[in-house]
Amino acid sequence: MLKKKIQSGYNFAFLDEQSKKEIRRRTLKAVAIPGYQVPFASRELPIARGWGTGGLQLTMSLIGPDDILKVIDQGSDDVVNAVNIRKLLAQTTGVRTTEDTREATLIQTRHRIPEEPLEDWQILVFQVPYPEPLRRVEPSEVKTREMHAEADYSRLWVYLYEDIVRWGEITIGAQYPVMVNGRYVMDPSPVPRWDVPRLNMAETLYLFGAGREKRIYAVPPHTRVESLQFSDYPFQVEDFTGKQCDLCGSTDAYLDEIIDDVTGARRYTCSDTAYCAKRRQLKEEAGKNA
Amino acid sequence: MPKEEPLLRVRRLARIFGSGCSKCTSCTGPLTGTNICSYCHSIVACAGVSFDLYAGEILGVVGESGSGKSTLVQCLYFDSPATAGEAYFKAYKDGQANMLACSVQEKRYIRHHLMGMVYQNPQQGLKLDFTAGGNIAEKLLAAGIYHVGQIRRRAAELLQCTEVPLERMDHLPRFFSGGMQQRVQIAKALANNPPLVFLDEVTTGLDVSVQARVLDLIKKLQRKLGLTMIVISHDLGVIRLLTNRVLVMKSGRVVETGLTDQILEDPQHPYTQLLVSSML
Repeated sequence: MLKKKIQSGYNFAFLDEQSKKEIRRRTLKAVAIPGYQVPFASRELPIARGWGTGGLQLTMSLIGPDDILKVIDQGSDDVVNAVNIRKLLAQTTGVRTTEDTREATLIQTRHRIPEEPLEDWQILVFQVPYPEPLRRVEPSEVKTREMHAEADYSRLWVYLYEDIVRWGEITIGAQYPVMVNGRYVMDPSPVPRWDVPRLNMAETLYLFGAGREKRIYAVPPHTRVESLQFSDYPFQVEDFTGKQCDLCGSTDAYLDEIIDDVTGARRYTCSDTAYCAKRRQLKEEAGKNA
Repeated sequence: MPKEEPLLRVRRLARIFGSGCSKCTSCTGPLTGTNICSYCHSIVACAGVSFDLYAGEILGVVGESGSGKSTLVQCLYFDSPATAGEAYFKAYKDGQANMLACSVQEKRYIRHHLMGMVYQNPQQGLKLDFTAGGNIAEKLLAAGIYHVGQIRRRAAELLQCTEVPLERMDHLPRFFSGGMQQRVQIAKALANNPPLVFLDEVTTGLDVSVQARVLDLIKKLQRKLGLTMIVISHDLGVIRLLTNRVLVMKSGRVVETGLTDQILEDPQHPYTQLLVSSML
């Protein structure tokens, strides 16, 4: 594949080298203290804060000319946020981009972890809207920092307890709070519960960036990540039993529900579009060979 | 027979609000009748407070408003940092380490596992946006019990104990009467069977009949569970009813200590005499 033309007048990967250095330093600190939110000097970017700028700055400070980049939004490569971020990065770095999870060295994601297993040579960068898991129970930043410092998570636990008392189960769908390395409670960004167990003892480095809130945090490979749960109300992922992807027939992927406007019928498709497309292609090839 | 060791030993506890100077303690106190240092204008809320508290005992602290009673208890419950002094708590490292000097994590541990506190104002002790059960759960969760069934059983047991109707367990204390809020607070304070409970003016602000019921309840629980308590009150009636021994405080100092009956019948210090003679 031909290298795309790099936009002239910009530094490699848009950010100036000092900014990248700052972000890399913060990233190293975040990796050293798993789950701890490291403040950083969030830069102005050509997209608005809160539209993936945290993840984008991490990607910009990590990317090199030999990287192969994949950008997804809610599992899809072709959604406007993913397309724009991919374009910006491609234009300012000239790196090769891909939709194939197994090929990408650097993946920036909004609210999903790709279905295909990730390995130790890959880095997954999350875009985070609200990095503070205690914000649900405490509005003051000063207090939440104190609570983290003292490992005082009883109020978050009470929130979960009251959820069970009121609804019979924990109603948090996305953004399920997790305990990292037995020390810090962390917000895994609004990924569905389905993706949360995949943070635990993983091969890959997971980096989280919140541009508007100016925080970077990380889950290094082989780190314990446990969902908060009660011994009599264990953590559960979304249940898709009896459902399958309408396009590729997958029964073990996270599915999106689509309701037909006319008939009102429910269909399900894989949320990870690249994974779905790959499965369909493999099926087609298998059909030709048979 | 070996001498019994006190549950809590407090030595020369002081809390000064402001910059503080070397003359702070000498120019304040009951003799000067003020707790504001005339040199640096710091407020000496309490200073030089020493006492022993034995297991199963109820110690009363009396004194007028601003005499430093609440500050004393707030320092011991870590709500407010003590400026100076030491406290040795038998339940923490067998009373060998000064608990006022330990780390914040250890203080949190002591607060949640080994102590209970009932504030004058239920809004201070309860989270009014959490249900009554949730408030009790907070204390249990802080102590590491992550089992909803167990938490609910214990909460129900405690609410029954403190005469809060069980059907109100999942309601918000915001909508409870003052007396009932106070009873939920007592249930919360007792959640982990703490060896030491502080009661800060628990009946102030309640009407007389409710006051009597809350006092009755405390007395009953104390007998049943053998609680050790420090009871703060400016009401000598409450002190007479609940406590075995009493500290009288004025301008941040302890002016007299002794058995409750003795102090009430035969006060020695002029301030205590004034206090007793002005009892209704």
